Amino acid sequence: MTTPTGAGGSDSIAVIDYGMGNLHSVASALAHVAPRARVRITAERDEIAAADRIIFPGVGAIRDCMGEIRRLGFDTAVGDAVAAGKPILAICVGLQALMQHSEENGGVDCLGILPGRVRFFGRDLRAADGRHLKVPHMGWNQVEQTLDHPLWHGIAQHSRFYFVHSYYVEAGDASQVAGRCHYHCDFAAALARDNLFAVQFHPEKSHTAGLQLLQNFTTWQGQC
Amino acid sequence: MALAKRIIPCLDVDRGRVVKGVQFVDIRDAGDPVEVAQRYNEQGADEITFLDITASHEERDTTVHTVEKIASEVFIPLTVGGGIRTLEDIRRLLNAGADKVSINSAAVKEPEFVKAAADRFGAQCIVVAIDAKQVSGPESAPRWEIFTHGGRQPTGIDAVAWAARMADYGAGEILLTSMDRDGTKNGFDLGVTRAVSDAVPVPVIASGGVGNLQHLVDGIIDGRADAVLAASIFHFGEYSVPQAKHYMRERGVEVRL
Repeated sequence: MTTPTGAGGSDSIAVIDYGMGNLHSVASALAHVAPRARVRITAERDEIAAADRIIFPGVGAIRDCMGEIRRLGFDTAVGDAVAAGKPILAICVGLQALMQHSEENGGVDCLGILPGRVRFFGRDLRAADGRHLKVPHMGWNQVEQTLDHPLWHGIAQHSRFYFVHSYYVEAGDASQVAGRCHYHCDFAAALARDNLFAVQFHPEKSHTAGLQLLQNFTTWQGQC
Repeated sequence: MALAKRIIPCLDVDRGRVVKGVQFVDIRDAGDPVEVAQRYNEQGADEITFLDITASHEERDTTVHTVEKIASEVFIPLTVGGGIRTLEDIRRLLNAGADKVSINSAAVKEPEFVKAAADRFGAQCIVVAIDAKQVSGPESAPRWEIFTHGGRQPTGIDAVAWAARMADYGAGEILLTSMDRDGTKNGFDLGVTRAVSDAVPVPVIASGGVGNLQHLVDGIIDGRADAVLAASIFHFGEYSVPQAKHYMRERGVEVRL
């Protein structure tokens, strides 16, 4: 039940480590779906530059994340990987860091690799029945696949993925939205452009559907 | 499309074994935590909570090691609690593969610890666990207070106000256990569950007292919880997670199937 269909790739995969959060989960999920892949959690720019594929994760507050990304030179490392056409998967705050700007922490400029902004769900949200709509948006929600993309291969339309976030991405270019989710409002659950795929949910915590997406990533050639 | 209500099997772990007792006495053995976690993962549980109920310092290394093993084989969120007192305790568990940590007595002793933890690691991974007991009599307005040390020690702190304060301090979620109901199989204390759910802007997990599948539905619909936690009904094979989810869906609860 937890093993996706197909076989994982054997490339080297660098999981970028800038000290924000649990990278063990994403690395062990990759090892599970692609036992032949060489997965490295790394903060070395050389190692990132040499890897065939890159995972750009992140949790926590955006100000701290952006501070560490810039201090460690990962803004350049990620930008170089994007330009080089390497398959890149950004996860959660990794996705948010790719955008132009986030309103978290009083407003933080992000990498600006993808057009769009990061917005707060809001305080004291109410559902239609008058109950609190809880923030963070935490748990399993459905994702509508709005683009036919190799990373969705083998994943049923409207599958549920695990989310945990208080800020969401408002895409600047609707044609880049690969998956849409609804919580209080519609938001971008996945963005895709060329060799870049970025998700708000946690594929490493999303059971079969998430593992399938990670396995698809390990064999993806970086084209939409 | 809507967010699913979560079903969370809970593993109470004592010296490396899953146990479940009635009101924390009469403890029964329910197996190896890694095997139990894998079984729930296969069954489609939405998360797993691991509570180290020994949590003496000698046992801490065992817990970290077990968490590592679970996290490398179970690809759903994992919350770990029990005896967490320092930022270093949290860091070790997150590094071992926990997605969230649950803080209980340390928050009561030092509320600012929750602020520090949320600042350092993000609110999304800080769960505050509250053990509540009803202290009001049958004739007066309901009031619940928090108790520590497995429900033995009163604190005089109002449970609903405390939950709101903890959310304000950065708790990303509240794990609310009724000490009156825990282990009784008489169902959640729906009064305290609803009072807390209505008082906090963050998700609430209802815990303590599940004896049948209708109790899970009641916790969501009447208790207004975002997630329901149960142990013994799953551990001893009375019900499976898919059975619970089908039952809940038939009664109008959004679940992940």
